[in-house]
Amino acid sequence: MKIAIASGKGGTGKTTLSTNLAMYLAEQYPVVLIDLDVEEPNSGLFIHGMLIHQQDMFKMIPEWDKAACTLCGKCQEVCNYHSVMKLGSMVMVFPELCHSCHACSELCPAQALPMQAVKMGELKQYETGKLSFVESRLDIGQEQAVPLIANTLDYVEKNFATNYLKLYDAPPGTSCPVIKATQEADLVILITEPTPFGLHDLKLAIETMRELHKDFVAVVNRFGIGNNEVFHYCESESIQVLAKLPNDRRIAELYSKGELVYPQHQEFAEQLKVIAQYITRMQERHL
Amino acid sequence: MKEIVVISGKGGTGKTSLTASFAMLGGNEVVVADCDVDAADMHLLMQPVVKTEEDFFSGYTAEINSEKCIKCGRCAAICRFDAIDIAESGYEISAINCEGCGYCARICPVEAITMVEENVGKLYISATKASNVMVHARLKSGADNSGKLVARVKKEAKQIAEETGKAWIIVDGSPGIGCPVVSSLSGADFVVLVTEPSVSGLHDLKRVYELVNRFHIPAGCIINKADINPDVARQILVYLQENKITHLSDLPYDETFTAAMTIGQTIVEYDTGRLAELLSASWIKIKQILSKEQT
Repeated sequence: MKIAIASGKGGTGKTTLSTNLAMYLAEQYPVVLIDLDVEEPNSGLFIHGMLIHQQDMFKMIPEWDKAACTLCGKCQEVCNYHSVMKLGSMVMVFPELCHSCHACSELCPAQALPMQAVKMGELKQYETGKLSFVESRLDIGQEQAVPLIANTLDYVEKNFATNYLKLYDAPPGTSCPVIKATQEADLVILITEPTPFGLHDLKLAIETMRELHKDFVAVVNRFGIGNNEVFHYCESESIQVLAKLPNDRRIAELYSKGELVYPQHQEFAEQLKVIAQYITRMQERHL
Repeated sequence: MKEIVVISGKGGTGKTSLTASFAMLGGNEVVVADCDVDAADMHLLMQPVVKTEEDFFSGYTAEINSEKCIKCGRCAAICRFDAIDIAESGYEISAINCEGCGYCARICPVEAITMVEENVGKLYISATKASNVMVHARLKSGADNSGKLVARVKKEAKQIAEETGKAWIIVDGSPGIGCPVVSSLSGADFVVLVTEPSVSGLHDLKRVYELVNRFHIPAGCIINKADINPDVARQILVYLQENKITHLSDLPYDETFTAAMTIGQTIVEYDTGRLAELLSASWIKIKQILSKEQT
């Protein structure tokens, strides 16, 4: 079973929930946590395991073969991203604009734009007890997170059997990277906080999940600050609020040190348990 | 005219609350641009009154005419984005998966596929309660091309600032290091990095600064919730020194941020004490740094 932890707004506790939940559930059965926030991956700061695999991740980019090129200009004409341009007697490729659609390469009558693998990031896999942890990080200067997210999901599909519970730590926002990270999930947990920003971005995230026809539940973090609007909204929309993680400076302090919260904070642990039980019941039905 | 971009790498560090406070302090000297178009929140603090709005089109989505389609399967075979579902009942294109490359439309032997320009969101120009002009946007959920919308918001803001002779553009940037951030940074004169002393905050600060550094933009840093972890706060200070990043201010862990937001106010409106003083001092410092550069 696959569960994505997502949020519209950043900094609402995706990584805190993902890492604590993964460690807690892995006390019972095999879990793989995948950090799909490839632009700013943070889960690895909280999970300390043994590195068992590491590989470079590539995307396909056309490379101009000057000798074969007839300068017909077809490549420039077919590229919708302005990533291939014919300038005078040469063809230039702008890799950061390329979406790897292969059109220029395959429609070139002279086969002068063969696709080449170019490094876009790195994947690492760690293990600790029943928990596996997979993290991908995008190289600085690479602008597109989606291809790396897609390749990371492929890696996980190939390397982990279906008995594993798969937890995805998704990137923030509502655009393409989040869509990719949540598209295959059986359930999306939307984490938010009870503030106007939290509510506004939760609404956007819900809109996105509804468009994707995803099952989702909400978790409210930093319960106790702000106001009750988030709860009123969830009630009026019949959205289940699965748990309320407490607002406590001590949690922020534990987080700041890279420590897991549940072994050191009872109220947090109780709420985490509620989420864990919900997932375990789903997992049992699923298997 | 100088452009100041506020970014944070990590979300939830108080970036928008600080940007809105600077907008408030800058008043009619500034044009504000909310470039966090994915989850734009600044309007909740600035209460803009919309003056003009327009649809924003960017990129394409493939559409298939089932009457023309002969189900040859060539489109699905070349699509790299799994966007074409070849059911016996008829071919369908998933608008969410389609990246708009147009390859399918080019190779379809019966011209059954057309590329339609995609309406990805709305662009607004508004007047705020701080008597500044604000350019902001709303990206449709699940839409692509947020980088292009960011570029458009910035272009509008720049044009307005030029036409009306404003001294500053303040940009609320997006999280991460990908295309929207790169768009936010292009053409900036100064970057304000907002961070917090947590292992994640420091980690994300380093990654996003590496990106800023490639653009050779001078930067300053505000450490929010500075007292939450003195050890990491010291590590951040060392990092700032090593990289010649101006340390603008330390702000305490303070739920005033939330309290102000809850009633739709910026911090400098809500708090008249220490926080407001620190923010005013930071704003003056940023202006001084940029004025010195000019001479």
